[in-house]
Amino acid sequence: MAKSSLQRSKHLLADPKKQLQVLSSGLFSSGALPTFSERLKGLNAELKTDQLEILQVNLGYMCNQTCVHCHVDAGPDRKEIMSSDTVDKVIDAIKRFRPNTLDLTGGAPEMNPEFQRLVRAAVSLSVKDIIVRSNLTILESNNHFRSYPQFFKENGVHVVSSLPHYSMRTTDRQRGEGVFSKSIAALNRLNELGYGRDEHLKLDLVYNPSGAFLPGSEKELEADFKRKLKADFDIDFNQLFCITNLPISRFLEYLIASENYEEYMETLVEAFNPLTLSGLMCRNTLSVGYDGSLYDCDFNQMLQIPIYGDKRYLSDLETNAYSNRKINVHQHCYGCTAGSGSSCQGSIN
Amino acid sequence: MSDTYYDPKDLKNFKKITDWSEPLGTRFFEYYSKVFEEGALSAREKSLIALAVSHVVKCPYCIDAYTKDSLQRGITEEEMMEAVHAGAAIESGATLVHAVQMMNKHKKLSH
Repeated sequence: MAKSSLQRSKHLLADPKKQLQVLSSGLFSSGALPTFSERLKGLNAELKTDQLEILQVNLGYMCNQTCVHCHVDAGPDRKEIMSSDTVDKVIDAIKRFRPNTLDLTGGAPEMNPEFQRLVRAAVSLSVKDIIVRSNLTILESNNHFRSYPQFFKENGVHVVSSLPHYSMRTTDRQRGEGVFSKSIAALNRLNELGYGRDEHLKLDLVYNPSGAFLPGSEKELEADFKRKLKADFDIDFNQLFCITNLPISRFLEYLIASENYEEYMETLVEAFNPLTLSGLMCRNTLSVGYDGSLYDCDFNQMLQIPIYGDKRYLSDLETNAYSNRKINVHQHCYGCTAGSGSSCQGSIN
Repeated sequence: MSDTYYDPKDLKNFKKITDWSEPLGTRFFEYYSKVFEEGALSAREKSLIALAVSHVVKCPYCIDAYTKDSLQRGITEEEMMEAVHAGAAIESGATLVHAVQMMNKHKKLSH
């Protein structure tokens, strides 16, 4: 676990511009590796949006955990949080864009006091899939948040939970001491409510590598997670999503500090798989920042790379302006196109 | 040229051995990838065997490669270390079993 956010410790890499400088220099400025744009150009490919299906909303950077790999640089010391007015704009956007999926993320999205209001509004607007990206430990943190699994169930919320490993040692090293035990307790309670067991109550887990390596086969890891979690803790879940760590924010800081940055970037670039391009989530997702600003994905949001065009806030974007918009790319995009590909729903291929 | 006998970067150039003998190199790599496919043993089990053997044959390239492979497969630290101990036990056993030869020879030569 990190001791504090990069922002709190006044680390140079807390500034997205510095992160982009790192990602533009060295291997990429010397020509040793092609930039992501150059790679696309070599294939005569250009990334553009299709139809909007997923509205991914970041409710704030506040979190009860300070994970080593966090691309948001979230933590208890982050105070950025989506206001009630901006939540109103999100609800208005759901009415206008009619996305199939509302994907709520953070930080810990549950920590936003407007969380339940937004979920209820999405239910009343018949959003098919309402996802909460829960870190699990928040659901064990106090009596208020212990009531949330029941709220999730009553509203048919799809729970997507982070669990980097079925072993305590690996999970706690990445996410903090005691996180594994609390996560298991939360998963047990979700199971008791029917999550991961009742076909209408989906419980998916998210695996991301605990270090400078790419995730292995999603299918094989899912089988191992299911076998071990069932045998050791009687836990059931639906799918395991494998997500590649992207070289931004705290994970970038870790890569540089551990002298793994160059090798990791070489690995990502060598593993570039053009077949992933058609399935990238930036093609059907709109990422909304806590202040209502718009991005192609959550990673671009953290790097403050806005969407193309002059309509950069949720309230400004017209319904017909989503499709066929050029997607802003940078070297971190190699993370989503490596090997089997990576998205917030796991592997692409 | 590297100043040391082993250079981690050489692992990436492993496939270049085919430059000097294309048929043998190609057949080796085909065989190698076939060996590590799922079979009667899982790819995960084979990876752990490879990790143990990497230590026994003391191949730094192989240790790097199969440590990384173990991490990607979600293999735990305990499993990795137990695999290395299994290899080490066989290796030390292979040394110690020769002590019987020593004892036999000693018996024959001494009174």
